[in-house]
Amino acid sequence: MRWLAEVHVRLRPGIADPEGQTIAGGLQALGYTTVDEVRSGKLLRVTFTADDHAAAEATVAGMCRRLLANPVMETADWELRVEAAESEIA
Amino acid sequence: MTATDGLRLAVVVFPGTWSERDFLHVAGLLGWSARTVWHAETDLGDADAVVLPGGFAHGDHLRTGAIARFSPIMAAVQAFAEGGGPVIGSCNGFQILCEAGLLPGALMRNDHLQFRCDWQWLRVERAVAPWLDADEVQPGDLIRMPISHGEGRYYADEATLDELEAGGRVVLRYTDSTGEASPDANPNGSLRAIAGIVNEGGNVLGLMPHPERASEAEVGGTDGLRILRSLDRWLTRQPAVAERRL
Repeated sequence: MRWLAEVHVRLRPGIADPEGQTIAGGLQALGYTTVDEVRSGKLLRVTFTADDHAAAEATVAGMCRRLLANPVMETADWELRVEAAESEIA
Repeated sequence: MTATDGLRLAVVVFPGTWSERDFLHVAGLLGWSARTVWHAETDLGDADAVVLPGGFAHGDHLRTGAIARFSPIMAAVQAFAEGGGPVIGSCNGFQILCEAGLLPGALMRNDHLQFRCDWQWLRVERAVAPWLDADEVQPGDLIRMPISHGEGRYYADEATLDELEAGGRVVLRYTDSTGEASPDANPNGSLRAIAGIVNEGGNVLGLMPHPERASEAEVGGTDGLRILRSLDRWLTRQPAVAERRL
Protein backbone atom coordinates (compact mmCIF):
# COMPACT_ATOMS: atom_id res chain seq x y z
CA MET A 1 0.00 0.00 0.00
CA ARG A 2 1.07 3.53 -0.63
CA TRP A 3 0.89 5.86 2.34
CA LEU A 4 0.98 9.56 2.81
CA ALA A 5 2.47 10.94 5.99
CA GLU A 6 2.05 14.64 6.70
CA VAL A 7 4.85 15.34 9.13
CA HIS A 8 4.75 18.49 11.22
CA VAL A 9 8.11 19.59 12.54
CA ARG A 10 7.69 22.03 15.40
CA LEU A 11 10.10 23.99 17.54
CA ARG A 12 10.07 22.82 21.11
CA PRO A 13 8.06 25.07 23.43
CA GLY A 14 10.06 27.94 24.87
CA ILE A 15 12.68 28.04 22.11
CA ALA A 16 12.98 31.49 20.58
CA ASP A 17 11.34 31.62 17.16
CA PRO A 18 12.37 34.87 15.42
CA GLU A 19 10.60 33.78 12.24
CA GLY A 20 7.32 33.31 14.10
CA GLN A 21 7.77 36.63 15.90
CA THR A 22 8.33 38.41 12.61
CA ILE A 23 5.25 36.83 11.05
CA ALA A 24 3.20 37.77 14.12
CA GLY A 25 4.43 41.35 13.71
CA GLY A 26 3.33 41.27 10.07
CA LEU A 27 -0.14 40.08 11.01
CA GLN A 28 -0.43 42.73 13.68
CA ALA A 29 0.64 45.37 11.16
CA LEU A 30 -2.19 44.18 8.91
CA GLY A 31 -4.64 44.92 11.67
CA TYR A 32 -4.90 41.48 13.25
CA THR A 33 -4.32 43.02 16.63
CA THR A 34 -5.64 39.99 18.47
CA VAL A 35 -2.68 37.86 17.37
CA ASP A 36 -0.72 36.73 20.43
CA GLU A 37 1.89 34.49 18.92
CA VAL A 38 2.94 32.67 15.77
CA ARG A 39 5.18 29.62 15.94
CA SER A 40 6.85 28.60 12.70
CA GLY A 41 7.53 25.05 11.63
CA LYS A 42 7.67 22.75 8.66
CA LEU A 43 5.16 20.56 6.91
CA LEU A 44 6.67 17.63 5.04
CA ARG A 45 4.47 15.38 2.90
CA VAL A 46 6.13 11.99 2.56
CA THR A 47 4.69 9.29 0.30
CA PHE A 48 6.02 5.76 0.63
CA THR A 49 4.94 2.15 0.50
CA ALA A 50 4.48 -0.14 3.49
CA ASP A 51 2.60 -3.39 4.02
CA ASP A 52 0.26 -2.21 6.74
CA HIS A 53 -0.50 0.59 9.15
CA ALA A 54 1.84 -0.64 11.87
CA ALA A 55 4.74 -0.86 9.43
CA ALA A 56 3.94 2.58 8.04
CA GLU A 57 3.84 4.08 11.53
CA ALA A 58 7.16 2.52 12.40
CA THR A 59 8.70 3.81 9.20
CA VAL A 60 7.58 7.39 9.77
CA ALA A 61 8.69 7.30 13.38
CA GLY A 62 12.12 6.20 12.23
CA MET A 63 12.31 8.91 9.57
CA CYS A 64 11.46 11.57 12.13
CA ARG A 65 13.89 10.26 14.72
CA ARG A 66 16.80 9.86 12.33
CA LEU A 67 16.47 12.85 10.04
CA LEU A 68 13.31 14.91 9.79
CA ALA A 69 13.47 16.52 13.24
CA ASN A 70 16.44 17.44 15.40
CA PRO A 71 15.46 16.50 18.96
CA VAL A 72 17.73 19.22 20.32
CA MET A 73 15.20 21.86 19.32
CA GLU A 74 12.33 20.20 17.46
CA THR A 75 9.53 17.71 17.83
CA ALA A 76 7.68 15.87 15.08
CA ASP A 77 4.15 14.53 14.85
CA TRP A 78 2.32 13.20 11.85
CA GLU A 79 -0.93 12.14 10.27
CA LEU A 80 -0.82 8.98 8.25
CA ARG A 81 -3.29 7.85 5.64
CA VAL A 82 -3.55 5.44 2.77
CA GLU A 83 -2.71 7.17 -0.48
CA ALA A 84 -3.37 4.23 -2.81
CA ALA A 85 -4.01 0.51 -2.53
CA GLU A 86 -1.54 -1.99 -4.06
CA SER A 87 -3.73 -2.53 -7.12
CA GLU A 88 -3.73 1.20 -7.90
CA ILE A 89 0.05 1.58 -7.59
CA ALA A 90 0.68 -0.94 -10.37
CA MET B 1 60.44 24.26 7.20
CA THR B 2 58.30 23.93 10.28
CA ALA B 3 58.68 21.09 12.76
CA THR B 4 55.70 19.38 11.22
CA ASP B 5 56.55 20.15 7.66
CA GLY B 6 54.04 18.32 5.56
CA LEU B 7 51.32 18.19 8.18
CA ARG B 8 48.55 16.38 6.34
CA LEU B 9 45.18 18.02 6.31
CA ALA B 10 42.03 16.43 4.90
CA VAL B 11 39.46 19.05 3.88
CA VAL B 12 36.04 17.51 3.41
CA VAL B 13 33.95 18.87 0.54
CA PHE B 14 30.19 18.39 0.39
CA PRO B 15 27.99 19.57 -2.47
CA GLY B 16 27.65 23.26 -1.57
CA THR B 17 30.82 23.64 0.51
CA TRP B 18 32.51 26.94 -0.29
CA SER B 19 35.45 27.49 2.09
CA GLU B 20 37.66 24.55 1.16
CA ARG B 21 39.92 26.58 -1.14
CA ASP B 22 40.64 29.08 1.59
CA PHE B 23 41.72 26.26 3.89
CA LEU B 24 43.91 24.78 1.13
CA HIS B 25 45.43 28.20 0.52
CA VAL B 26 46.27 28.77 4.18
CA ALA B 27 47.58 25.22 4.54
CA GLY B 28 49.92 26.07 1.67
CA LEU B 29 51.10 29.21 3.48
CA LEU B 30 51.90 27.07 6.52
CA GLY B 31 53.81 24.52 4.46
CA TRP B 32 51.25 21.80 5.03
CA SER B 33 50.06 19.27 2.54
CA ALA B 34 46.31 19.52 2.25
CA ARG B 35 43.89 17.70 0.02
CA THR B 36 40.17 17.73 -0.45
CA VAL B 37 38.12 14.65 0.30
CA TRP B 38 34.80 14.39 -1.52
CA HIS B 39 31.86 13.64 0.76
CA ALA B 40 31.05 10.42 -1.09
CA GLU B 41 34.44 8.93 -0.20
CA THR B 42 34.73 6.64 2.79
CA ASP B 43 38.39 6.99 3.72
CA LEU B 44 40.34 9.93 5.16
CA GLY B 45 43.64 8.37 4.20
CA ASP B 46 46.65 9.31 6.30
CA ALA B 47 45.30 12.67 7.47
CA ASP B 48 46.71 14.20 10.65
CA ALA B 49 43.67 16.44 11.00
CA VAL B 50 40.28 16.93 9.38
CA VAL B 51 38.52 20.13 8.38
CA LEU B 52 34.80 20.50 7.81
CA PRO B 53 34.74 23.88 6.06
CA GLY B 54 32.01 26.47 5.69
CA GLY B 55 29.39 26.63 3.00
CA PHE B 56 25.93 25.26 2.44
CA ALA B 57 26.33 21.49 2.35
CA HIS B 58 23.46 19.91 0.45
CA GLY B 59 21.91 23.36 0.16
CA ASP B 60 21.28 23.52 3.92
CA HIS B 61 17.96 21.87 3.11
CA LEU B 62 15.80 20.59 5.95
CA ARG B 63 18.31 21.95 8.50
CA THR B 64 21.92 23.04 8.20
CA GLY B 65 24.08 19.94 8.31
CA ALA B 66 21.12 17.56 8.50
CA ILE B 67 21.80 15.79 5.21
CA ALA B 68 25.58 16.21 5.31
CA ARG B 69 25.88 14.21 8.50
CA PHE B 70 24.76 11.14 6.55
CA SER B 71 27.30 11.60 3.75
CA PRO B 72 29.49 8.48 3.44
CA ILE B 73 32.66 10.26 4.63
CA MET B 74 31.05 11.13 7.95
CA ALA B 75 31.50 7.59 9.31
CA ALA B 76 35.25 8.03 8.82
CA VAL B 77 35.14 11.50 10.39
CA GLN B 78 33.25 10.09 13.37
CA ALA B 79 35.78 7.28 13.84
CA PHE B 80 38.69 9.72 13.43
CA ALA B 81 37.20 12.06 16.04
CA GLU B 82 36.42 9.27 18.47
CA GLY B 83 39.99 8.06 18.15
CA GLY B 84 41.19 11.47 19.33
CA GLY B 85 42.03 12.87 15.91
CA PRO B 86 41.86 16.65 15.57
CA VAL B 87 38.70 17.81 13.78
CA ILE B 88 37.72 21.42 13.19
CA GLY B 89 34.32 22.48 11.88
CA SER B 90 33.98 26.11 10.95
CA CYS B 91 30.60 27.70 10.20
CA ASN B 92 28.70 25.07 8.21
CA GLY B 93 31.24 22.56 9.52
CA PHE B 94 30.18 23.43 13.10
CA GLN B 95 26.55 22.91 12.10
CA ILE B 96 27.42 19.49 10.65
CA LEU B 97 29.35 18.46 13.78
CA CYS B 98 26.31 19.30 15.91
CA GLU B 99 23.92 17.40 13.65
CA ALA B 100 26.30 14.44 13.70
CA GLY B 101 26.31 14.45 17.50
CA LEU B 102 30.07 15.02 17.67
CA LEU B 103 29.27 18.25 19.49
CA PRO B 104 26.16 19.01 21.57
CA GLY B 105 23.50 21.58 20.72
CA ALA B 106 22.38 23.08 17.45
CA LEU B 107 22.83 26.23 15.36
CA MET B 108 19.56 28.02 14.64
CA ARG B 109 18.43 30.97 12.54
CA ASN B 110 20.07 34.24 13.65
CA ASP B 111 17.76 36.06 16.04
CA HIS B 112 17.54 39.11 13.73
CA LEU B 113 16.92 36.85 10.69
CA GLN B 114 19.71 38.53 8.71
CA PHE B 115 22.69 36.90 7.12
CA ARG B 116 25.60 38.47 8.97
CA CYS B 117 28.96 38.92 7.26
CA ASP B 118 31.39 40.94 9.36
CA TRP B 119 34.53 40.94 11.44
CA GLN B 120 33.80 39.84 14.97
CA TRP B 121 35.63 40.10 18.28
CA LEU B 122 35.93 36.92 20.27
CA ARG B 123 37.21 36.20 23.74
CA VAL B 124 39.28 33.07 24.26
CA GLU B 125 37.81 31.32 27.29
CA ARG B 126 40.20 28.42 27.51
CA ALA B 127 43.42 27.35 25.82
CA VAL B 128 42.91 23.69 25.03
CA ALA B 129 45.03 21.67 22.61
CA PRO B 130 45.04 20.81 19.81
CA TRP B 131 43.17 23.84 18.42
CA LEU B 132 43.87 26.51 21.04
CA ASP B 133 47.42 25.90 22.17
CA ALA B 134 48.61 27.83 25.22
CA ASP B 135 51.64 28.97 23.22
CA GLU B 136 49.30 30.68 20.76
CA VAL B 137 46.40 31.91 22.88
CA GLN B 138 45.62 32.51 26.52
CA PRO B 139 42.25 32.71 28.29
CA GLY B 140 41.06 36.31 28.11
CA ASP B 141 42.80 37.01 24.82
CA LEU B 142 40.67 38.96 22.36
CA ILE B 143 40.91 37.77 18.79
CA ARG B 144 39.18 38.97 15.66
CA MET B 145 37.85 36.79 12.87
CA PRO B 146 35.18 37.05 10.17
CA ILE B 147 31.76 35.54 10.58
CA SER B 148 29.51 34.82 7.61
CA HIS B 149 26.29 33.02 8.40
CA GLY B 150 22.51 33.17 8.63
CA GLU B 151 22.17 30.32 11.10
CA GLY B 152 24.67 30.67 13.87
CA ARG B 153 22.53 31.06 16.97
CA TYR B 154 23.92 28.43 19.30
CA TYR B 155 21.23 26.62 21.21
CA ALA B 156 21.35 23.88 23.80
CA ASP B 157 19.17 23.25 26.83
CA GLU B 158 20.22 24.77 30.15
CA ALA B 159 21.61 21.52 31.52
CA THR B 160 23.82 21.06 28.47
CA LEU B 161 24.99 24.69 28.63
CA ASP B 162 25.88 24.28 32.30
CA GLU B 163 27.74 21.08 31.53
CA LEU B 164 29.70 22.78 28.75
CA GLU B 165 30.63 25.69 31.01
CA ALA B 166 31.58 23.44 33.92
CA GLY B 167 33.77 21.32 31.68
CA GLY B 168 35.57 24.33 30.23
CA ARG B 169 34.27 23.43 26.82
CA VAL B 170 33.05 26.89 25.82
CA VAL B 171 36.29 28.08 24.27
CA LEU B 172 35.21 31.17 22.30
CA ARG B 173 32.60 33.80 23.12
CA TYR B 174 31.32 36.74 21.08
CA THR B 175 32.34 40.05 22.62
CA ASP B 176 32.88 43.66 21.73
CA SER B 177 36.37 45.13 21.27
CA THR B 178 36.77 45.47 25.03
CA GLY B 179 36.01 41.83 25.71
CA GLU B 180 32.50 42.46 27.01
CA ALA B 181 29.95 39.82 26.00
CA SER B 182 27.05 42.26 25.74
CA PRO B 183 23.84 41.57 23.79
CA ASP B 184 24.93 44.17 21.23
CA ALA B 185 28.16 42.29 20.62
CA ASN B 186 26.33 39.01 20.04
CA PRO B 187 25.92 38.75 16.25
CA ASN B 188 23.25 36.05 16.16
CA GLY B 189 21.61 35.63 19.55
CA SER B 190 23.69 32.64 20.60
CA LEU B 191 22.91 31.50 24.12
CA ARG B 192 25.63 32.64 26.54
CA ALA B 193 27.31 34.31 23.53
CA ILE B 194 28.82 30.98 22.56
CA ALA B 195 30.93 31.17 19.39
CA GLY B 196 32.94 27.97 19.74
CA ILE B 197 32.91 24.75 21.77
CA VAL B 198 34.99 21.60 22.00
CA ASN B 199 34.07 18.00 22.72
CA GLU B 200 35.06 16.30 25.98
CA GLY B 201 38.43 15.30 24.62
CA GLY B 202 39.08 18.78 23.25
CA ASN B 203 40.07 17.33 19.87
CA VAL B 204 36.86 18.39 18.10
CA LEU B 205 36.37 22.16 17.78
CA GLY B 206 33.26 23.73 16.31
CA LEU B 207 33.11 27.48 15.77
CA MET B 208 31.02 29.81 13.66
CA PRO B 209 33.87 32.23 12.79
CA HIS B 210 36.27 31.55 9.93
CA PRO B 211 39.92 31.17 11.01
CA GLU B 212 40.95 30.48 7.40
CA ARG B 213 39.72 33.95 6.40
CA ALA B 214 41.83 35.63 9.08
CA SER B 215 45.21 34.20 8.18
CA GLU B 216 46.86 36.93 6.12
CA ALA B 217 47.43 40.54 7.13
CA GLU B 218 46.42 41.78 3.71
CA VAL B 219 42.89 40.40 4.08
CA GLY B 220 42.41 42.07 7.44
CA GLY B 221 43.92 39.96 10.19
CA THR B 222 45.94 36.93 11.20
CA ASP B 223 44.27 35.75 14.41
CA GLY B 224 42.96 32.69 12.58
CA LEU B 225 46.54 31.52 12.19
CA ARG B 226 46.79 31.20 15.96
CA ILE B 227 44.22 28.41 15.78
CA LEU B 228 45.83 26.68 12.81
CA ARG B 229 49.36 27.03 14.19
CA SER B 230 48.08 25.49 17.43
CA LEU B 231 47.50 22.29 15.50
CA ASP B 232 51.06 22.43 14.23
CA ARG B 233 52.42 22.83 17.76
CA TRP B 234 50.27 20.06 19.14
CA LEU B 235 51.20 17.64 16.40
CA THR B 236 54.90 18.27 16.93
CA ARG B 237 54.49 16.95 20.46
CA GLN B 238 52.89 13.67 19.41
CA PRO B 239 55.55 10.92 19.68
CA ALA B 240 54.00 8.83 16.93
CA VAL B 241 54.00 11.76 14.56
CA ALA B 242 57.55 12.76 15.43
CA GLU B 243 58.69 9.22 14.72
CA ARG B 244 56.86 9.05 11.43
CA ARG B 245 58.46 12.25 10.25
CA LEU B 246 62.06 11.20 10.91
